[in-house]
Amino acid sequence: MKARSISTRQLSQRAAFSLIIVATIIVVIPVLVIVLQIILNGAGAISWDFLTQAPSQAGKSGGILPAIVGTFYLMLGTIVFALPLGVMAGIYLTEYARDNWLTRLINLAIINLAGVPSIVYGLFGLGIFVLLFHFGMSLLSASLTLACQALAMTVTTSREAILAVPREYTEGSLAVGATRWQTIRHLVLPQALPGIITGAVLAMSRAAGETAPILVVGAAFLLPGLPKSPFEQFMALPYHLYTVAAHVPGMPKSTVWGVALVLLVVVLSFNVLATIIRLRTRQRRLNV
Amino acid sequence: MLEQLSPATAAREVEKNLRRRWRPGEKFIESWIFLAGILTIVILLGIIALLLKEGLPIFLDTPPWEFFFGTKWYPVSDPPTFGIMPFFMATLWVTLVATAISVPVGVACAAYLSEVAPAEVREVVKPIIEILAGIPSVVMGFIGLMILSPLVQSTFNLNTGLSGLTAGIMLSLMSLPIIISVSEDALRAVPSDFRQAAYALGATRWETIWHVSIPGALSGITAAIMLGVGRAIGETMTVLMVAGGALAIPVSPTEPMMPMTAAIASGIGNAVRGGLQYQALFAIGLVLFVITLAVNLVADRVLERQKRKFTR
Repeated sequence: MKARSISTRQLSQRAAFSLIIVATIIVVIPVLVIVLQIILNGAGAISWDFLTQAPSQAGKSGGILPAIVGTFYLMLGTIVFALPLGVMAGIYLTEYARDNWLTRLINLAIINLAGVPSIVYGLFGLGIFVLLFHFGMSLLSASLTLACQALAMTVTTSREAILAVPREYTEGSLAVGATRWQTIRHLVLPQALPGIITGAVLAMSRAAGETAPILVVGAAFLLPGLPKSPFEQFMALPYHLYTVAAHVPGMPKSTVWGVALVLLVVVLSFNVLATIIRLRTRQRRLNV
Repeated sequence: MLEQLSPATAAREVEKNLRRRWRPGEKFIESWIFLAGILTIVILLGIIALLLKEGLPIFLDTPPWEFFFGTKWYPVSDPPTFGIMPFFMATLWVTLVATAISVPVGVACAAYLSEVAPAEVREVVKPIIEILAGIPSVVMGFIGLMILSPLVQSTFNLNTGLSGLTAGIMLSLMSLPIIISVSEDALRAVPSDFRQAAYALGATRWETIWHVSIPGALSGITAAIMLGVGRAIGETMTVLMVAGGALAIPVSPTEPMMPMTAAIASGIGNAVRGGLQYQALFAIGLVLFVITLAVNLVADRVLERQKRKFTR
């Protein structure tokens, strides 16, 4: 083997390290640019009226209250379906399922559901909830559609959280005569709760930003008021941003940036909330 | 005798004895838990069934050959033609651009974060990547519209900045988080003895990364790349907003184009239920579903292999 001098090898290491540092900078810079641009350009549009008024003149003036409220309804509607079902599926996979073909099939389904494109969920929601179940273009259809999409995530996070509960606890409970359900109800679930909630908050954050499915199953661009029942159409922040950014000519730029800012704040604050819950739980576990 | 039983079997034995007391409430809850457990299968099968039911009838009107290789998509002319080649090529271009950027940058970033970066740098960069993962696709589309497309237009001297290239660049940003996090996990899974051995033989840190860590993590990195590609293929809002939406077959990434996801999103609002266009759009959905399913299944297999590699 022809030995290269140390200096050449050191030099190539230095070059390689510079390259991968540059790559990391290439990842970081756009994120900072995006977030800063949205804050700087959007802050001017934010006012009390913008947040509390209904839109007028095709969204060119007035506020975006119905879109904000619609997005919160949508997050709630999604999690109302996706969380209990996800937790129950997580319980099934960790506490009841045996290592057989059915369990393998469930795991395969979870992996694949997580990878299905969001627009395909939109088609599914349109075919099943809007048309087959006759829920129409509505908040209910959209919530159910987003819940199907969120399910893979709530199942996975619930399963992880339950698996993190020490096996000895469960065995101890069973040993003193508790039934399996009593053990789950009084021991496993309370222990796993922070992890489950972290997953739920992340799923809500994702539901808040999702656009393609609700474009298909019931978001409306302009509505005079808030939806009064789950069977009505609704406005939502991401769909509103899409329409004012791409489809309304003569839209004041600052209004569009303002909508983007509000959406980003809603989505990222739920992300931060999830991180805080996770860190606090870890802290508590370490202190015990 | 008892200590030979696994905990799960022991629990079942205990439960069998407890079962003598009838607890209807618990049986009720447990049957619901089972139903929730198989719900994911039901939804996946439901998606497949619906796409087949609504999408396949298009082949009664347009033969598969014309559908897949047809170059013209005229849903409202008389007679309508449904050829998805333009959409397919657009998806291909956009995904190629996205992958060409996100793979080298993402893997290099993962190598830096897991092998080189000091803890303080990691603690700053990781949350930033999490923020990137959290930015909704419609916001990315908006940024592409406002910031990137004028830039692309002036740099490449184009008629419009809305092009496959613009969409691809935005998509590369969106697939970076998954590529970085999965690659990083794979690199971390390479046992440190391997690196120690390389150092002991006199290798530099970089030589160790290049000849030991990266080859050891290669299947995990491959899976990361596939997941990133799957993400780019399935992304809808960004390509709908910035790819340009032209219906001709794109021959260069700098042209405006309409990827498959955007074709569904922009057409479904005008399609009459059960009409030919409706069927054709569901058939595109089916094609998308099959592609992403294949990508995810293979990625999962590769990832499993990586996990087993270093467990002894």
